[in-house]
Amino acid sequence: MAKSQTELRPLGKSVGRKEDPRFIRGMGRYIDDIVLPGMLYMSLVRSPYAHARIKHVDPSAALEAPGVKLVITGEDLAAMDLAWMPTMAGDKQMVLATGKVLYQYQEVAAVIAESREQAEDAAQLVDVEYEPLPAVVDPIQSLDPDAPVLREDREKKSNHIFHWEAGDKEATEELFRNAPVVVKQNVRFPRVHPSPLEPCGCVADYQSSTGKLTWYVTSQAPHAHRTVLSMVSGLPEHQIRVISPDVGGGFGNKVPVYPGYVCAIVASLKLGRPVKWIESRTENISSTGFARDYHMTAEIAAEEDGRVLALRVKTIADHGAFDAAADPSKFPAGLFSIVTGSYDFKESFVEVDGAYTNKAPGGIAYRCSFRVTEAAYLIERVMDVLARRVGVDPAELRKRDFIRKEQFPYQSPTGWTYDSGDYEKTLDLALEKIGYEELRKEQAEKRARGELMGIGISTFTEVVGAGPSHTFDIMGIKMFDSAQIRLHPTGKVLARLGVRHQGQGHETTFAQIIAEELGLSTEDVLIEEGDTDTAPYGLGTYASRSTPTAGGAAALCGRRIRDKAKKIASHLLEAGEDDVVWDGVSFSAKGLPDKSVTMKDIAFAAYTNVPEGMEPGLEATYYYDPPNLTFPHGAYIAVVDIDKGTGAVKVRRFLAVDDCGNVINPMIVDGQVHGGLTEGFAIAFMQDIPFDEDGNCLAPNWMDYLVPTALDTPHWETDRTVTPSPHHPIGAKGVGESPNVGSPAAFVNAVVDALAPLGVEHIDMPIFPWKVWEVLREHGVNK
Amino acid sequence: MKIQLRINGRTKESDVEPRKLLAYYLREDLGLTGTHIGCDTTNCGACTVLLDGKAVKSCTVLAVQADGCDVMTVEGLEGEDGLHPLQTAFWEEHGLQCGYCTPGVLMSGYALLQSNPQPSEAEIRSGISGNVCRCTGYVNIVKAIRSASAKLAGAADDTPSESAKEVAASGKKSD
Amino acid sequence: MFPNSFEYMAPTTLAEAVELMQRHEYDAKVLSGGQSLLPMMKLRMAAPPILIDINSIDELRGWKEESGFLRIGALTRHSELENAVELRDRYPLLAETAVWIADPLVRNRGTIGGSLAHADPASDWGAAMLALHARVEGIGSGGERQIPMDDFFVDTFTTALEETEIATAVLVPKPAGRTAGRYLKIERKAGDFAIAGLAIHVVLASDGTVAEAGFGICACGPVPLRGKRAEEYLLGKKLTPETIDDVSRMVPEDADPEDDLRGSAAYKRDVLRVFAERGLSDIAKELQGEGVVG
Repeated sequence: MAKSQTELRPLGKSVGRKEDPRFIRGMGRYIDDIVLPGMLYMSLVRSPYAHARIKHVDPSAALEAPGVKLVITGEDLAAMDLAWMPTMAGDKQMVLATGKVLYQYQEVAAVIAESREQAEDAAQLVDVEYEPLPAVVDPIQSLDPDAPVLREDREKKSNHIFHWEAGDKEATEELFRNAPVVVKQNVRFPRVHPSPLEPCGCVADYQSSTGKLTWYVTSQAPHAHRTVLSMVSGLPEHQIRVISPDVGGGFGNKVPVYPGYVCAIVASLKLGRPVKWIESRTENISSTGFARDYHMTAEIAAEEDGRVLALRVKTIADHGAFDAAADPSKFPAGLFSIVTGSYDFKESFVEVDGAYTNKAPGGIAYRCSFRVTEAAYLIERVMDVLARRVGVDPAELRKRDFIRKEQFPYQSPTGWTYDSGDYEKTLDLALEKIGYEELRKEQAEKRARGELMGIGISTFTEVVGAGPSHTFDIMGIKMFDSAQIRLHPTGKVLARLGVRHQGQGHETTFAQIIAEELGLSTEDVLIEEGDTDTAPYGLGTYASRSTPTAGGAAALCGRRIRDKAKKIASHLLEAGEDDVVWDGVSFSAKGLPDKSVTMKDIAFAAYTNVPEGMEPGLEATYYYDPPNLTFPHGAYIAVVDIDKGTGAVKVRRFLAVDDCGNVINPMIVDGQVHGGLTEGFAIAFMQDIPFDEDGNCLAPNWMDYLVPTALDTPHWETDRTVTPSPHHPIGAKGVGESPNVGSPAAFVNAVVDALAPLGVEHIDMPIFPWKVWEVLREHGVNK
Repeated sequence: MKIQLRINGRTKESDVEPRKLLAYYLREDLGLTGTHIGCDTTNCGACTVLLDGKAVKSCTVLAVQADGCDVMTVEGLEGEDGLHPLQTAFWEEHGLQCGYCTPGVLMSGYALLQSNPQPSEAEIRSGISGNVCRCTGYVNIVKAIRSASAKLAGAADDTPSESAKEVAASGKKSD
Repeated sequence: MFPNSFEYMAPTTLAEAVELMQRHEYDAKVLSGGQSLLPMMKLRMAAPPILIDINSIDELRGWKEESGFLRIGALTRHSELENAVELRDRYPLLAETAVWIADPLVRNRGTIGGSLAHADPASDWGAAMLALHARVEGIGSGGERQIPMDDFFVDTFTTALEETEIATAVLVPKPAGRTAGRYLKIERKAGDFAIAGLAIHVVLASDGTVAEAGFGICACGPVPLRGKRAEEYLLGKKLTPETIDDVSRMVPEDADPEDDLRGSAAYKRDVLRVFAERGLSDIAKELQGEGVVG
């Protein structure tokens, strides 16, 4: 049950959310709720082929259809030098296809009409003639020297995008040469999609009288979008206002700029009227940023008792037709080199090669800090393979190999400096709480009866909060974030941040941070995000970065206010500044606790009674460049039962013990964990976007790309340990993504554990019932 | 085509194209934007409303089919006395995050409690299984519906929590 | 996403509906619950120029027992059958099946007649009605006629109804003894179309032998299929573990599944075997009591 918003010292309390009253009334204002006078609607024409030459595009019939105002083709955009746009990964992407299409559902033309229906009707009338070409679907075949070159625009005449590596190759090889035990496992992380409940969309509103473009867009990173838009379009940046209204979920899907956005803006510029484009679910899944699709091979070199020595990883990354990965610019494979995880490897060498295929572009970070999910899944999966090989219980093996708490700050072999952690404590709590020993006993009894029960552990480490500007940037823009706090004369606060929440509860948690710093209550603080004309610049909300970056900015900005407040307090209390003390809710003079002034008194004085020579007012802005990333960790345990008849897996229990450092709002943290576990569960058991050999997308909507309901979803149990981040201003680390990063391995490890007596070492996600049944059949269980 | 129907207790008359889906009619013609659209294939339930007392997906009903019917949307939940206990429970139990599924889930939950005032956890999970939530993992949605059930039965704690008082205070209708 | 434009007609009597179907022939499509048709129209996979909405025809609603049958009006919603307490004893398979269809919201709108006329290979009602040896009643220019379920499904999305005929009711034979029914279905997620589904209907004679047996299979062929071999074998026998084992091996023989995203043909066949075994064992317990079997 939520606590009151009027409590003082709210940090760490389950304060009820400030954003909820509008949402529970159906009064949220999402992108499709925005209606402007004279607004037109846009619909896109998409390619039915995965790979085809475009012979011609004839818009004439569409132009004659009722209500149609404009049809834009790739050639039209080419004439404006807008047929291509840059991607965040340093590649470029077609806005509307010219020459050829490279994936099914690729954008070919845009139709703008007076109504949605008219736009959609007319889109059917755009005549496009295609000459189909053979499709390249498999990324491994795509890297074959004989494979047809998909990207004719590139100088490099192959489908190879990049090679990236981390760690010391020679030192790693050396350890492998002499290792008593080596295990190797191929692991695929399927192609999945964030699928927020609200699809993408925008309203572009260009006013020719003022030259100003207001662009409403469901965006996780409005400031970055403004800058990119200015760079691409040539519009002056101060003449672009990006407003990200209430966002109906993002999970990484709303970080990139999509072709439909550019078309809507071009249409508004051309027509001088607002243009709305709202994509359908099918368009969302089939064309916007997918995630993962990593084909990984991991090898661990270890001692005979399971103590790890070295890790070697090779990966082929399928990016689709354009590398539209949402990674920091210097990291084409994101932070994948965190793959040594929670374990004290002496050396590691990690390689990733990117490949083009005839699929939608992407490689975005779906509820994940840039490829950390792939890394965590891989190492947690392969540690279990090692445990099985050396005959050590997977919990015990992990304890043997954990980085110990006294090793922090820990330097990883691929170059990361882990800030803090106590892995053993977290795992011990999880083992005790779930009753690990009893479960193993129960499992032994069941095995004796031929029943299949499994217990899976994942003790992952994340790396979040990009990040320090010396390392992280997106297209050159450093990945700091910001907060601006204004105290009004009555002591009420308006605070704006450079991030943009999508359900994470910033209107509450950031109000808690600021209220805590200022001695106020959550109710006193109004948080605003998402309007680039008012909020300070920031890189947005994804990669669990809001609390590590903007949360830090909010705390330090509050302290900056408090520094000035202390001076005013000294004036009001008629005491020397050095004698003024802050007790968390008020200032008083040393030794005179009865006489005190609160922040409300000070705010009033800041506008009515400032000391002579002091600038009036009480506001501050803080741009926080974190000194390091944060490294949340957790111990997750899944318990599953397998139906031998159908292969169906039932998750009987799932316990997540997270350590995200200091907690701002436990209720919200638990909610984040519940949500992330559900997405991890879906990835483990039901999600993939398959293609046929012609490149046709076989799961382009929610009939076949499966999202779990309340009936599918297990009941989640949560707990936590607290190891504060030593460098974060309030010791917090970020939590939104841990459950999605850490849970897939726990589920898969549990299923493999259940099947282990048969000699099974691995099963790829998604674990549909038929896959388990095939394994059982192979091993003669279900004849 | 001319249609006449009751929406949240008020009679509306409109002239609509037959192909207009009820969800779009509510959103665009009547400005009731609490009803959301999340998919094309009748999978997500973000558009759930009550049609003659039954929870249905309004994206899969034509507006002309609602002629003569009684429609209740999320905007109709709040009464003269403030928020419906179900809305309060969602707030108190953190039953929502991004809020996009919330109106649909509230309407399914409302219909469920109408037909089954004391549902078990399994019955709640089944009752809302036509509504997809991508954020909450359903744990707190289930909790909120149970809490609302208790509130409605008068079985809730007699002394309302602080946040419940706040909800009641801010729950007055503004119009 | 929106359907293409169409003309909308909402007759209030069956006679009027039949007349409209006659007049518009191939241009017209019947709109019943709309839970499959409207999504297909939104995706523009279907674009009928005329929709004849039968939802205002009261004579298509409700059910009653008459002349050896339970007559279920075509407009009966899935949720009505799910919750029809008065039908649970004599027609248990109805509620058993209804609860597996899609989700509660779809069940509040979708109809049994519409579902059967849509003829999806994964039709849950298709499997149940085959197991119950039901008939579909249709009306058209030639008047009323009854089509046995065995003849009803012609091909995927195609039934024996003429283009101008409307399904008006489903006729389920009254059971001649103690009845039990089970619907077993495996899905990739709740509310999904079946990977494989099996409807089982059993009536015992007073001597404990099987007087009626019905097996309906869905998602394992171009249309829902009937497990005839198993039915014939079971008649006159008692539900012993041996019989059940034998029968469960026969059920998959009448299936015709394909490999697809939901699993291999071999998998689906084996699931049908497992379902038959589980369903019949359950039915044996229910009708014969614990410990009687074997």
